[in-house]
Amino acid sequence: MRMATAKHSSLPGFGLTLGFTLFYLSAIVLIPIAALVLRALQMTWQEFWTLATTARAISAYRLTFGASLAAAIANAVFGTLLAWVLVRYEFPGRRIIDAMVDFPFALPTAVAGLTLSSLFAANGWLGQWLVPLGIKGAFTPLGVAIALTFVGLPFVVRTLQPVLQDFEQEVEEAAATLGAGRLRTFLTVVTPSLLPAVLTGFSLAFARAVGEYGSVVFISGNMPFRTEIAPYLVVMRLEEYDYQGAIALAVVLLAFSFVLLALINAVEQWASRFHR
Amino acid sequence: MPGVTKTLRAGRSASRRGTEERPLTKWLLISTALVFTAVFLLLPLANVFAQALSNGFAYYWRSLSNPDSLSAIRLTLFVAAVSIPFNVVFGLAAAWAVAKFEFRGKSLLVTLIDLPFSVSPVVAGLMFVVLFGLQGFLGPWLDARDIQIVFAVPGIILATVFITFPFVARELIPLMQAGGSEQEQAAMTLGASGWQTFWRVTLPSVKWGLLYGVILCNARAMGEFGAVSVVSGHITGLTDTMPLRVEKLYNEYNAAAAFAVASLLAVLALITLLVKTILEWRQARDFIRAQAGGKTVDSDCNANGFNNP
Repeated sequence: MRMATAKHSSLPGFGLTLGFTLFYLSAIVLIPIAALVLRALQMTWQEFWTLATTARAISAYRLTFGASLAAAIANAVFGTLLAWVLVRYEFPGRRIIDAMVDFPFALPTAVAGLTLSSLFAANGWLGQWLVPLGIKGAFTPLGVAIALTFVGLPFVVRTLQPVLQDFEQEVEEAAATLGAGRLRTFLTVVTPSLLPAVLTGFSLAFARAVGEYGSVVFISGNMPFRTEIAPYLVVMRLEEYDYQGAIALAVVLLAFSFVLLALINAVEQWASRFHR
Repeated sequence: MPGVTKTLRAGRSASRRGTEERPLTKWLLISTALVFTAVFLLLPLANVFAQALSNGFAYYWRSLSNPDSLSAIRLTLFVAAVSIPFNVVFGLAAAWAVAKFEFRGKSLLVTLIDLPFSVSPVVAGLMFVVLFGLQGFLGPWLDARDIQIVFAVPGIILATVFITFPFVARELIPLMQAGGSEQEQAAMTLGASGWQTFWRVTLPSVKWGLLYGVILCNARAMGEFGAVSVVSGHITGLTDTMPLRVEKLYNEYNAAAAFAVASLLAVLALITLLVKTILEWRQARDFIRAQAGGKTVDSDCNANGFNNP
């Protein structure tokens, strides 16, 4: 790829700033990623496949993807509800809740995991009511999903909010004037135009959940074959000095996030075409 | 910007018949949202402080003033103070190149800048082990010269820089793109040098966006766990940052002390949210003022600052 020279601008600094940007991007991001991939390429396909698909790894992938999917679905439902309520209704505390939506992004993941695991433990504020009912949130796959829901909560709300704000209420008025009931208006007029944004938020939350580590390790208990997520297994392999094993798993996760990134870009492009 | 649209809409929504839910539905939706936020956001926050103080204030204070906790606090502050300037300089350079010039491959460059958001923190940490660890590409060379990068402070800084890489750039790029380059060109025509133009014209016009990016970058830098955990080596008193200290105390069954350190990080999160909200309100106010004055609106803080995986 050739970076062509600057057009149409008499401002200085093009070479300097672009040069520095490319240098810094390569040093911090591209070379480290390339190093990881290169190390994986030094294995034979057979070796790689064996390391990446051990029984323990398969069960870790299954939990990671399953819990991430569950969390992303929960976020799509509650995120849509929250965005709707925040944009459409006026009620006391609205602005505080609006600001608090970003709390999971601002709170370090280790702290989130720590406090969630203590909340859902048998003697915790929530656990003391839930555990007798058979709902165990700490050290179970459910706990993993809870932590991932917390971490991904802001995505759907924040992608949906601007779309809802720009939504022309005249369209709803027209539907109502033509005799549609509120529910019908919502399902046939409002829902289709919100769907792309919800889908974008859903996939962002899903992508984030698959790579998440800090919040999960506290609440899951990290039991192999039961509550062990794939990123944790990478750390385990590394601590056992099994570099090849760690690299193989990491490359699988990396490949998955790149595929997801491409999908998200596609969804976003589709969504923006949908809106204008 | 909820505030703005709200105000704008208030004017034109005289009649909204048939476009609102019945009061009962509305009330149900609002209460579900309130219960959900209370359980999922407020309770975890309150629990941090309740657990931190569960053994009394004296114990809380002792946990924080413990030399190992103090060294973790110092290391966290040091790592953030070193990593943020790197990403600020990069963010300014990248935004200048992307916003003020046209070149081929620009959209690819912008996508690559966001790349660290999609990499799992653990995988990010592993990359630096693969590069600089003893088994790694540069490991033997570094070892022969007695330079240690991973399992030491430089590795922690590198991992933090990687994780926080996009924050400042992705705030500044849209802001500087929307600003155009007429003002800079005017300054140059009037005889200002390139640096003068940058310092006196560009920087003041993006200062709030820059601050916004720095705030988000700082929150993530101080709170990063996964990537730092992989490269730190967990040497108590030397390479433990605050989040790692929290984990260590928790694994030593000293929950109250773990929560004491965690409470400082929770305060950091609250301050971050507060500053972020103030900056967004400020932006909304400028937006209204600009509209009232009939000027074009050229700045918009990205409300999705943290977003993207």
